[in-house]
Amino acid sequence: MGSAGVSNTETKTIVNDLVLHVATANGSGSQTSNMVLLRALFGMGIPVSGKNLFPSNIQGLPTWFTIRANGNGWIARKQDADIVVCMNSETSDEDIETAREGAVLIYEESLNLADKRPDCVHYSIPFKKMIADVCPDMRLRKLVINMLYVGVCAQLFGLDMDEIRKALGVQLAGKQKAIDINQPALEHAYKWAEENLKKIDPFRVERMNENEGKIIIEGNAAAALGLLFGGVSVMTWYPITPSSSLCEYLEEYLNKYRMKDGKKTFAVVQAEDEISAVGMLAGAGWAGARAFTSTSGPGISLMNEIIGLAYFAEIPFVICNVARTGPSTGLPTRTMQGDVLSLFYASHGDTKHVVVIPSTPKEAFEMAGEALNLAEELQTPVFILSDLDLGMNYWTSERFEYPTDPIRHGKILDKAALEKLGGKWGRYEDVDGDGIPYRTIPGTDHPKAAYFTRGTGHTPQATYSEKPEHWKSNMDRLTRKFETAKTMVPKPEIIEEGHAAGILYFGTTQEAIREALATLDKKHALKLDQCRLRAFPFTQEVEDFLNKHERVYVVELNRDGQMRMALDAELPRFSSKLRGIHHYDGMPLTANFVVESIINKEEDI
Amino acid sequence: MAGTTTPKPPETNRAGLQKKDYAGSKSTLCIGCGHDLITARVIDACYDLSIKPEELVKLSGIGCSSKTPAYFISRSFSFNSVHGRMPSIATGTALANRKLHMIGVSGDGDTANIGMGQFVHLMRRNLDLTYIIENNGVYGLTKGQFSATADKGSKLKHGAVNPFHAIDLCALAVELGCGFVARLFAGNTKMMRQVVQAAMAYEGLAVLDIISPCVTFNNHAGSTKSFPFAKDNEFALQDIGFVPTYDPHYEDMKEGEERVVKLGDGSKITIKALDRDHDPSNRIAALNLLAEYHESGKIPTGIIYLNEKEPRFVDQINMCDTPLSHLKQDVLRPSKAALDEIMDSLS
Repeated sequence: MGSAGVSNTETKTIVNDLVLHVATANGSGSQTSNMVLLRALFGMGIPVSGKNLFPSNIQGLPTWFTIRANGNGWIARKQDADIVVCMNSETSDEDIETAREGAVLIYEESLNLADKRPDCVHYSIPFKKMIADVCPDMRLRKLVINMLYVGVCAQLFGLDMDEIRKALGVQLAGKQKAIDINQPALEHAYKWAEENLKKIDPFRVERMNENEGKIIIEGNAAAALGLLFGGVSVMTWYPITPSSSLCEYLEEYLNKYRMKDGKKTFAVVQAEDEISAVGMLAGAGWAGARAFTSTSGPGISLMNEIIGLAYFAEIPFVICNVARTGPSTGLPTRTMQGDVLSLFYASHGDTKHVVVIPSTPKEAFEMAGEALNLAEELQTPVFILSDLDLGMNYWTSERFEYPTDPIRHGKILDKAALEKLGGKWGRYEDVDGDGIPYRTIPGTDHPKAAYFTRGTGHTPQATYSEKPEHWKSNMDRLTRKFETAKTMVPKPEIIEEGHAAGILYFGTTQEAIREALATLDKKHALKLDQCRLRAFPFTQEVEDFLNKHERVYVVELNRDGQMRMALDAELPRFSSKLRGIHHYDGMPLTANFVVESIINKEEDI
Repeated sequence: MAGTTTPKPPETNRAGLQKKDYAGSKSTLCIGCGHDLITARVIDACYDLSIKPEELVKLSGIGCSSKTPAYFISRSFSFNSVHGRMPSIATGTALANRKLHMIGVSGDGDTANIGMGQFVHLMRRNLDLTYIIENNGVYGLTKGQFSATADKGSKLKHGAVNPFHAIDLCALAVELGCGFVARLFAGNTKMMRQVVQAAMAYEGLAVLDIISPCVTFNNHAGSTKSFPFAKDNEFALQDIGFVPTYDPHYEDMKEGEERVVKLGDGSKITIKALDRDHDPSNRIAALNLLAEYHESGKIPTGIIYLNEKEPRFVDQINMCDTPLSHLKQDVLRPSKAALDEIMDSLS
């Protein structure tokens, strides 16, 4: 019982810099425990992130949760853990290998790990005996046992117990019975650790004030809120990891905030598959709703035909792709930036799509609302490219700001407008020279309102045509529309100081890259300018950035460098400047990987 | 006064529209195609029901049948979508605007082959849609391959025999709880005119499986979807009437010798059984009837199954009465207080 292993009490205390890796079996309730730790650290004002590494399974397989708390604000994934909590006998031998040299191991005493990893600090804890004392109901022990490591960690590393209790209350809000079962276990473990463990590790957390006015949220919930306040009216969906929770959050919010006189001022339909989900969007967008669905890579593959129809027939709707690891079923619970090309150029024939790319929950919120506007204004499908890391992991974020801009529906001719025009209009006429035509909404009460919507060749008046000149001029107009989109989509975030080398990235790699750039500067005296892409089509700023730099590292989470290929395709004159850095094992990016990759490539120069 | 005549005013319906206001473009289908007969009955039905063209949408998938929305009521919005996916497009349209009348035109390939998945789920949801299947047992636009409704043993023009069982779309519709299921023959225009009207007045999904022969690829001896075969083998089950509320005889229509079914909009369908007393409110009887005739090779036409009490899709999902497409920002965007409340709960 108690502490064992190396004694290194002389090691300098490490304050507010730890990576805590918890290994449990999924379906064992460990998510609650891990969230309590995460929220408590957040409550103590320390920058923190939580990443859930879970199996594609409901109960029994190994799952890991990694919390990184860092006073400097570095919260990207880090490869090696400082503290490993082993609760899963099936994986404990492997789990302790994730610990860095000199790390802390906390484990159930019966796991027999005492002789392993002699370089680490060991805390062998009688979790099973303890749970028998505090949880009389045998059936609940498997779940409540995970609360014990929360108490032990709190005591060992100095987490504020009031924050822990508060976090438990938030995490189990409305479930008093669950709180009554978990809280004694927590308190008991804390007290036990106080009385029985001698602290021989260097890790401590101390209160900071970095989270004032901040929230903890998953990207999927953030995007759902963006759609709610962006005025979504129709959501269709087909369940798929890691997208489902976005739709579930949105439905929950809609049910709460969009009821009127007991009726829904929205529609939610769970479709029979993704083809149907996107077909419903095409119908709804065509008939004037602000329509949305969320899916992941396999769903995008299925939706391709109707995406092309909507591009060509010019129908607005929004699809969020919370990307996961592919090809095929791939790793359904791991992350990837692997659907870049399959979104940019989705469907057969000449197609190009508007895609917005959030990096943070706040951007997911803002861009989701804006995507609904862009879709209606550009009369085209607009995609939100998210990923599992953003969507399903927990991020600290600034509070979201209430949108003050009016909802935009774009160029719509209503009855009065048609009367003014004497009913003379053409659905696909480029009246304004921006490639964006005018549309009418089914049901508009004017004898000239109607037009025939089709996926076949058409004239500016929406009549059927197979004539080469009609086909070509229509495709050219769609190109003009795409050019117009360049002026409307979110601009990249550029940070530059005139360095020769640049780094170009997008989405959830942001945290790792920020950290990597700081390390490159500090340890290798290498400075890079940054361009964080936030949309496709690439705007003028992207072109300028590529133009200005000698070499540009394009960092992405896929094997083939899909974003680099898109840059090659769209801005070919900069091809020779682009150097791909590709991370593709299903895990989020680490700063270390970026640093090493860049250093290696710089040495080649 | 001799020599003067008052010009007869053009005939109009209760919407004040003439028949020509329901016209479409000229059909480009083969001369004699069964589909054109159906198109004409759809025009009749919409005129007779005084549906405002602006309040009607026409939807279709891909195939000869799916081209037909171009041939009726050009004043109505139309969406010729992709193969087999019209049901989802129609569903989305209803979500955006529940007030629209919707007519969907599909074919046997578009429904029973590529579109089967969406077709069955459409029935689960009971969308308020008149779903017409122009059923000729072959793919016309790709020049005469069998579809899944082709009967086992029927022959293609060049002699190939279909070795597979046919999918009976009416039986499937009854099985899946569709509340209005009719089998019709494009050659029986009298029955079609009444049933298309009744289907459009019906609140919910009405599936009309209409044998509509392909004169180019499936009208030969050995085909069970040809005009001659259908004429010889049609077995009309009922004499069907459609009686709207404003009909002078509306009140006289009472249950008696004939069945009278009152629809959600008040209009009545009268169903007088002919040689066989089929009760269309009996689902089991409907399935038995289809199975029996399938064995005999005869084509029973009429209303196979009718249940006017199924709740509609838009009501099942508790959608508000205002079309969602009409909602403005005051409804679409919740208040700042709502966002503040959510943000507080996350901090």
